[in-house]
Amino acid sequence: MNRQIQTDGNKVNLETEGRSNRPSVVARNKQNQLAKRTFFIITLLPMILISAITLVLAVRSWPILSTYSFKDLFLGSTWRPDNGLFGFWPYITGTFWVTTVGILLSVPPCLLTALYLSEYSRSFTRSIAKPILDLLAAIPPVVYGVWGLLAIVPFVEDVLAPFSKRWLNSIPIFKVNQPTGFSIIAGGIVLAVMIAPLIISVVYEILRTVPDDLRHASLAVGATQWQTIRQIVIPRVVPGMVAAVVLAASRALGETMAVLMVVGNVAQVPKSIFDAGYPLPALIANNYGDMMSIPLYDAALLCAALILLILILIFNILSTLVLQRMLGKNWA
Amino acid sequence: MMKKRWQRRHIVEAFVKGLMIVSFLVVAGGLGAILWTILVNGLPALTWAMVTQVPQGGFYLGKGGGVLNAILGSLYLAGGGTLLALIFSLPIALYLETYLGDSEWGRYVRLSLDVLWGIPTIVYGVFGFIIMLAIGLRASLLAGIVVLSLIELPIMVRAMDEVIRRMPVDLEQAALALGSTKLEVAVRVVTRQMLPGIITAILLAFGRGIGDAASVLFTAGYTDRIPTSLMQPTASLPLAVFFQLGTPYPVVQQRGYASALILTIIVLIISISSRWISANLNKYTVK
Repeated sequence: MNRQIQTDGNKVNLETEGRSNRPSVVARNKQNQLAKRTFFIITLLPMILISAITLVLAVRSWPILSTYSFKDLFLGSTWRPDNGLFGFWPYITGTFWVTTVGILLSVPPCLLTALYLSEYSRSFTRSIAKPILDLLAAIPPVVYGVWGLLAIVPFVEDVLAPFSKRWLNSIPIFKVNQPTGFSIIAGGIVLAVMIAPLIISVVYEILRTVPDDLRHASLAVGATQWQTIRQIVIPRVVPGMVAAVVLAASRALGETMAVLMVVGNVAQVPKSIFDAGYPLPALIANNYGDMMSIPLYDAALLCAALILLILILIFNILSTLVLQRMLGKNWA
Repeated sequence: MMKKRWQRRHIVEAFVKGLMIVSFLVVAGGLGAILWTILVNGLPALTWAMVTQVPQGGFYLGKGGGVLNAILGSLYLAGGGTLLALIFSLPIALYLETYLGDSEWGRYVRLSLDVLWGIPTIVYGVFGFIIMLAIGLRASLLAGIVVLSLIELPIMVRAMDEVIRRMPVDLEQAALALGSTKLEVAVRVVTRQMLPGIITAILLAFGRGIGDAASVLFTAGYTDRIPTSLMQPTASLPLAVFFQLGTPYPVVQQRGYASALILTIIVLIISISSRWISANLNKYTVK
C-alpha cells in the first residue's frame, strides 16, 4: 500500500512493510510536530523572562516614581530613607565613575592585546592566551573582590594615593581627600581586570572577520604591519570595537560583589577618583531584604534596580545588534 | 628624505609591537596576581577541618569548625540550577539549530539570550525575591536553584549554540536524506556528535552558577546547617567568603581567604576539566 506523507513540504512515497515494532512514519511525524511546538514554546522563555523582569520592577517601583518628581529622585543628592528623602544622584554618579574608570583602564591594553593575538602572535601564543582568558572569565566576582581587598586597596593606599598627593594634587579628579584605599580607583582597577577577557575575546573575533586578502594586499605594496593595521584593519572594525566596549560597560555597570567590597560604600557624590563611592548594585545588595519597615524604601531600591536594568538593556541591545551584524554567522 | 621616513615607520612598528606584548603580559599578569594573592593568603588557614566540618558555635568569633555547609550548599545550588537550566536550554539550542537556523526569528531569540546574559545577577536576585514573596516561598535551596537556573540558561544555550553551529552540515543532511525527521536528527545525531561541546557548555554554566553571590544573597539565605530538603535555606561559598570577611576578627577573615581559595580551586578544576573534555572526549564524533 502506498501512502503520501507530507514532511516539511516534500512529498515522499513510503511503503509500510509491516514493521510493527517500529513507529510508523505518521507517528514519527506527529512526534516531530509535537516537539517542534514544544520547543517553540520553550524558545519564547527568554523573551518572556526579559519582559517579566522589566514589568515586575516597573510595577513595584511605581509607588516612588509617582510620589516624587523626576528631579528630586534622580538629581537629588540626599539619601535619608527614614526622612523620606530618596536622592539617587550619589549612586548614579558612583556607578558612572567606577564604570568609566574601569573602562578607561581596561580598553587600551585590551585592544592592544586583541590586536597582538590576532595580527602578530604565533598560534602557540594564542594557544596559551585562550586558557588564560577562560580562567580570568571563570574566576567568581567574590574572588575578584578578595583580591581587590588584599592587593588593590593597599596598593592604592600605599602607592597610588601618595604618588598622586605628591604630584597631581592640584588636579581635582586626582585629589586625595581620604586616607583609605577604598575608592573609585580601586573599584575601577578590579573591574578593569574583570571585563578584560570579554573585551579581548569579542574584539579578537571581530578582527578575524577582516579578510586576509586585504592584509596581504597592503603588506605587498610595502606597508609595515602597523600601517596595515591602522589603515586597513582598524577602519573596518571600528563599529565592532565600540560595540565590544559598550558591551563591557554594561557588564561593568551591573557588577555587584567585587565592586562592593573595595569601593568604600559612602553615599556621596565623588569628586576625585580617590574618593569612596557607592554604586547602585552595592546599594541594592547592602540594603534590600531588611528595609520593610520604612515606607517607600522597598520601592526606592527596586527603582534603583530598574534604572540599572534599563541602562543595561539599552547598552546591551545596541552593542549586540552591531556585533550580530559584524560577526554574521559566527555570532548570530 | 625617503630613508628617514622608512626608518621612522619601522621604529613605530617596533614600538607598537612592544606595547602590544606588554599589554598581553599585563593581562596575563593580572590572572597570575589574582591566583597568587588568593593562594598566599588562603593557604595558611586552609585546614582539613575547613572542608570537612560545619561551623561550630562561635565560628564567626574565631572558634572551631569549617565551611562544609557552604561547600555542599554551593554544589547543591549550582548542581540543581545547572540541571534545571539544562532541561530548558538543550531544547532551545537544538531548536535554534535544526528548526530555525539563520532565520529572522532565530536572530531575535539569540538577541534575547544575549540580552538576558547581560542582565546583572543582582537584578535576578531582586526579581527572584519579589516572586518568592508573591508566592509565599521563603529563602530556600529551591528558590536559589530557580534563580541560578535563570542566570545559567542564557550562558548554557549560547555556549551550546556555538558548538552545535560547528556541526558538519553533511551529517545532518545525510540523516535527513535517510528519512529522519528533524527531531530524530536533533536527538540522535546532533546531540551525540556535539556531546563534548554540550558537556563543556554545562560545565561553563555550572562554574558561573557556583561563583555567583548577588543572586543567592536574597533567595537562598544563609545557614550553618547542611540543607536536607529543598525548602530549607542554604549557605553558599561566595556568601561564606563575604560574611567571613565582614567580621572584625583576623582569624575569621583568614578563613574567609581560605574559603575564597576553596572556591577558586573548584572553579579552576571545572574550567580545566571542561578544556580537557573538549580536547579528549571527541573520540566517537565524526570530524
